[in-house]
This record gives sequence, C-alpha cells and structure tokens, in this order.
Amino acid sequence: MTVAAAALRDHPTTYSVGHLDSLEAESIYILREVAGQLERPALLFSGGKDSAVLLRLAEKAFRPGAFPFPVLHIDTGHNFPEVLDFRDRRMAELGERLVVRRVQDSIDRGRVAEPAGPDRSRNRLQSVTLLDAIAELGIDCAIGGARRDEERARAKERVFSFRGPAGQWDPKNQRPEVWSLLNGRLHGGEHIRAFPLSNWTELEVWEYVDRERVELPSIYFAHEREVVQRDGFLLPMSPWLDVRRDERPVLASVRFRTVGDMLSSGAVRSTAATVREVIAENARIPVSERGSGRADDRVSDAAMEDRKREGYF
Amino acid sequence: MAPAIAGEVVRLCTMGSVDDGKSTLIGRLLHDCKLILDDQLAAVWDASARRGWDGLDLSLITDGLRAEREQGITIDVAYRYFATARRRFILADTPGHVQYTRNTVTGASTAQVALLLLDAERGIGEQARRHMFVASLLGVPHLVVCVNKMDRVGWSEDRFEELHGRLARFASLLSFRDVVFIPTSALLGDNVVERSTRMPWYEGPTLVERLETIEVAAERDLSRLRLPVQYVIRERGRSGPAGRWYAGQLAAGTLRVGDEVAILPTGLRTTVAAIANGKPVDEAFPPMSVRVALADDLDVSRGDMIVHVTDHPAVVRDLDVLVCSLARAPLAEGSRVVVLHTSRQTPATVARIRYRIDVNTLERDPSADALGFNEIGRASIRAASPLFYDRYRVNRVTGSLMLVDPQSNATIAAAMIADPDDKEGSL
Repeated sequence: MTVAAAALRDHPTTYSVGHLDSLEAESIYILREVAGQLERPALLFSGGKDSAVLLRLAEKAFRPGAFPFPVLHIDTGHNFPEVLDFRDRRMAELGERLVVRRVQDSIDRGRVAEPAGPDRSRNRLQSVTLLDAIAELGIDCAIGGARRDEERARAKERVFSFRGPAGQWDPKNQRPEVWSLLNGRLHGGEHIRAFPLSNWTELEVWEYVDRERVELPSIYFAHEREVVQRDGFLLPMSPWLDVRRDERPVLASVRFRTVGDMLSSGAVRSTAATVREVIAENARIPVSERGSGRADDRVSDAAMEDRKREGYF
Repeated sequence: MAPAIAGEVVRLCTMGSVDDGKSTLIGRLLHDCKLILDDQLAAVWDASARRGWDGLDLSLITDGLRAEREQGITIDVAYRYFATARRRFILADTPGHVQYTRNTVTGASTAQVALLLLDAERGIGEQARRHMFVASLLGVPHLVVCVNKMDRVGWSEDRFEELHGRLARFASLLSFRDVVFIPTSALLGDNVVERSTRMPWYEGPTLVERLETIEVAAERDLSRLRLPVQYVIRERGRSGPAGRWYAGQLAAGTLRVGDEVAILPTGLRTTVAAIANGKPVDEAFPPMSVRVALADDLDVSRGDMIVHVTDHPAVVRDLDVLVCSLARAPLAEGSRVVVLHTSRQTPATVARIRYRIDVNTLERDPSADALGFNEIGRASIRAASPLFYDRYRVNRVTGSLMLVDPQSNATIAAAMIADPDDKEGSL
C-alpha cells in the first residue's frame, strides 16, 4: 500500500473531495488556463444563473487580483429589468469592467434584421452581435456558461471549443481533448469558446448557488407576474410582447429556470421562494430546463446544432 | 433532476463496436435511473416512430448531431451525466467506429472505469481487444465488460462463460486493477439497473451496483507534491512580491503552510507562507485549485512547478513516450511539434520512432519510422526546454502530454511518458 493509500485509509474524511469541490476545482483550472494561454479573453454574461456562478468562480480563480478579462454582455434589448439591476449591482460590487454590445445596434446598422412573424425573440440574433464584438475588441477567447447536460448538441462540445475566422463551429473538426490538457493555440482571426461549466448539471449549479450563497436575479424565485399562455409556455408580459386577441394576461405565481430574451423566456408556475425550494420543486417537475423555459429551442430538433454552427454561444 | 446527494464524481468511458448496443445501454441507464425527462422522452418517442420503430428506441436518447442521425452512427465523444442514490457519474460516450480510436483515447484519458460492450451473439471482435488495450494503455484502473444482447443467445450461461473465459485471458495480459463481467440485455433492461430474472445462474452485481461500489478514492497520489503554476495573481493595488500569488491545481501530494518547497526549473528553495482556496486553508491536496504565497521573492511564472525539496520529479529534455497519433498526417521521425505538458509548452522534435504496436496482436514493428492516423507506438522526443515529469503509471497529470502541430495548431497526438530504461515498454 502506498503512503497515500494509507493516509486515505487512516483519514478518510481529511482528504475526501465532494462533487461540488471537484467541479469547482476543475472550473477554476479552466478559467486559469484561459488567462494563462490567451491574450484577450472576455467573460460572457447573460444575467442567468450560470453566468452568476461563473462570476463567483472567476473571483475564486483570480482574487485578490483583478479579473484578467472584461465582462461582456450581449444585450438583446428585451431584458427583464430585474436582470439589468442584478448585472449593474454585481458589477459594481466586483469592481470589474463591463462591456455591453447591443443587438439593437446590429439591427440599426443593418447587420441583422428584426425577426418578423410570431416569434420575435432576439436570442438568435445575438450570434452576429457577439461575432462583431469579438472582431471589434480583438477577443481571442469568449468564456461562456454553457453546460453539456443542457442539450444533445452541447454534449459533444469541447471545454476549449475551436472557432474558425467566421466564428463557425465545425463539429467534425474539433481538437481532441485528452486528459485535462487544453490547446488554446490560435492563428489571427480564430478564437476559442471556453466552457468552464461543461461538466456541471443544472442540479449542481443550484447546489453550488445554495452552498456559496451566490446571488441571482429575483426572477429565479417565485413572484407574482402577468403572463399569457401560448403554445404551452407561460410568457411574461413585456413591452415587446404582442398579446393576441384570444389571449388574456393572467396574474400568476411564477419563476424562470433560464433567462434570455423576454419574448422566449417561459415561466413555470411556482411557489419556490428559496434556493432549496427551487431544488425541491425542480426535482418534481418532469420537464427539462430548456423544455420548460426556452420557447426558441422548440423550433426544430436540431435548433441548437444549427445555431452553434452560426456562432451562437 | 435527481435528488440531491453528496459524494464523489466517478468518471466512466464506454467502449464497444458499432451495433454492440452501446447507445441503447446508455439510454437504458439514463432511462432506468429516471433521468430522462418527459419532454426529452416525448422527442425520442417521436423520433422512434419516424424511423419505423415499434416502441421506444433508447439509442436515440443519446444521438447528438444531425450527421450522426443521418449515418446512424456516433462520430464524436459525447458526455452524459447521471446519478444514482450513491454516486454521480460523468460518462464519456466514445464511438466504436474503427477510424475513431482517437475518441477512445480521449474518453479513456480521464476515466476511472472503462465500460466495454460485447455482443453475446457475435462474440469478440477485433474492436474489443483494441479498446481494452487502449483503456489499459491509458491507465484506466477498472474494467467492466457487459456481455450484452443475452436475449439473442437464449440467456445462455455457457455462452457467457465462453466469452468471459476468452476475454479474461486477454485482460490478464493488460494492466487493469480489476475486471468484472456482467451478462446484460440493454434492450430489455436485464442487469443494467434492474436485476435480471431470466439469468438466475448469474450471482454477480448489476451494472449499476458495480459502478456504485468501485473503490476509486485511493487512486489519488497524495505522496509527491506536484503543483504546476498556471497563473500568477497580482493583488490589486499592491506592487512587488508581497502581493503575488501562484495559482494552480494540485496534480499530486499535499501542501501545508510552512512546507519547504523548490521551484522547478530553477531549483530555488523557499517556504510556503500562505495557501488559499477562495479562503485561507492550512493544507491543500488533489484535486484542489489553490493559490500559494511564498516567503521569498523568487522569479516564478506559468510553466514552473512547485514541489517538495525532498522529492523532485525528473527534469529532462529527452523523453521516452507511448504515442497515440490522432491526426491524418503521420507522425514521423524528425517531425517538429509543440509539447503541451501540465502548464508548460515547448517546441520539440520527434527524435525516433522506436516501434509501432499492432493493437490487435500487441506485436511490435520496430521497422516503423512513422505513426499513421490512430496508430500507437513508442517514440523518443527531444524538447527545446526541460520538462518535469513523473512516469504516466505514477501520475496521469505529470506523466501525460499532447503534441500540437506548430503550423496548424491542431492537436496531433497524445503521449504517455514511459521509463526510458524499461525495455518492456510498460509505462
């Protein structure tokens, strides 16, 4: 028996590592590899729980120093006011640099067209604004909060996902990732999307939020809100929602499981006011996070794969 | 979502040929562990019906990319997450297709348990031996062989024992710590999560019982401190050495405040003034990501390694490695590469290809002077700057490296450091 094995036998709890600790350690390792290997990274912030967790992990990775990257928000313009409040409060606390690039500006410049028709969500338009921001700011690595458990096309995503000069994702031409070694070597114009939360599940994100007391936007917890029922979703009332004649807004106690464009963020009926109540409630809901929350993911079976190829996060 | 549980994360990789029922097995695991949610299941019912299946095609649960669905095969490693009441699992689902051995290497590189599927009817193909060899080479300690499709062979104990005997002999030539054989039918669910009532002759564990009880904690090396420096943190508002922290993830060993340490490659010595992991801690151990303050003002940067003064790794420029070629372009004698090793990168040259291994017969071909796509062999590498390593068998982090093409920046090979004096080629 090795010394180590003997130490473990004699002190089984001393050197044991819980699953949240090992996920955290891996994520911090990935963030530090980004900082060590790449010249001009940026951390993508959506206002959602995953980016709130990313910010906490960045604090653990880089404090007492400054973040070696700005925080970049690709703003759809269709925001929950609570999310913008949260963003600004959190950034003020952190004392880090926030860069905002707006989908509205991309529309005004004619880079993208406002979607017509019944689904006017701007989630998909963010890809162009993001790629423009990457080119404008010379970003060589965009750090995102995507997880492999979210969706089938995501399950094949690398931790360091290589993107060509047009920002495209080619699933057949990804760099093999062996052990924990990450290859961040690039030519000009290419970039990496780095996903420190790759191996986390939704449940683990919530457990971490609970353990670390990570602050989240208030819309993640049950609150009274006017919603309309459409195509099986509860859509929040907003200045951008065209309420149809046969639809009647109702006041309901709801919360959101994912945060995006208000036009495609579906609410779930809920009474969960705390993190632990949310965890308990999610365990009882027999529908996935995306199935209950993202109206735009239903468009087609391969919706995410297509968007990723276009440069979506 | 599954109920909250604590405990370790166990990493698995699956292996098997096309059509051994691997996707069905994983679908069965997820389904019977109640991890498929209603909307996801509805999508699979729809897709099953479109393909003319009479019922639920569990293999569709894990089919990811459109190209894969069109070709009916899996072309890339996919990661799945599931939990039982006792453990959480990260499963690297690696395709069994011949040209995708590189995926097997990828999946096996971080796995603690390899899950090999065998078709009870078709028996042991070339792929099974190849996958077992790769898993063993990559240092996966535990192997579980599911002899699957037992429903096709009439739940025959004789057939199971025959395959068991033949494969166990091959496994004994390899370096697994333990090998367990389980007769299963992923299609019908026998011995995956639920115990089979159709094979009363089998008294061993179900697949999930086996996965829940494999002892994995002892595999961490707590004896030799290896802390590769990933990044130097400079405290905001402070300048000079007092505000500097060295950040990294422990690859091995334990580190305490007050320990006397050496910095490689300089060999300079100092003591540990403070350790923090979000908050100050007295002691750090793998796999913690920490930052460390040192008592003296030394020049330490990314790519250096912090070790105990009493136990240095080897510091060399010439390495003897077992290489898995992952790229179309052959890796030949004289090839120029960039080595990625812990947090260090250095240009290097392939000095010599010593032999190629036939992964089916395990025979060596010493006349080889290049390794083609998916080929495995032994090579000597000369690095431009020194590397601090342990043999791969001792430490999978400090004993592993990737080779990158300096022109294209593509990752072209994975390599494991062997003992140069070991003629047998064991790691």
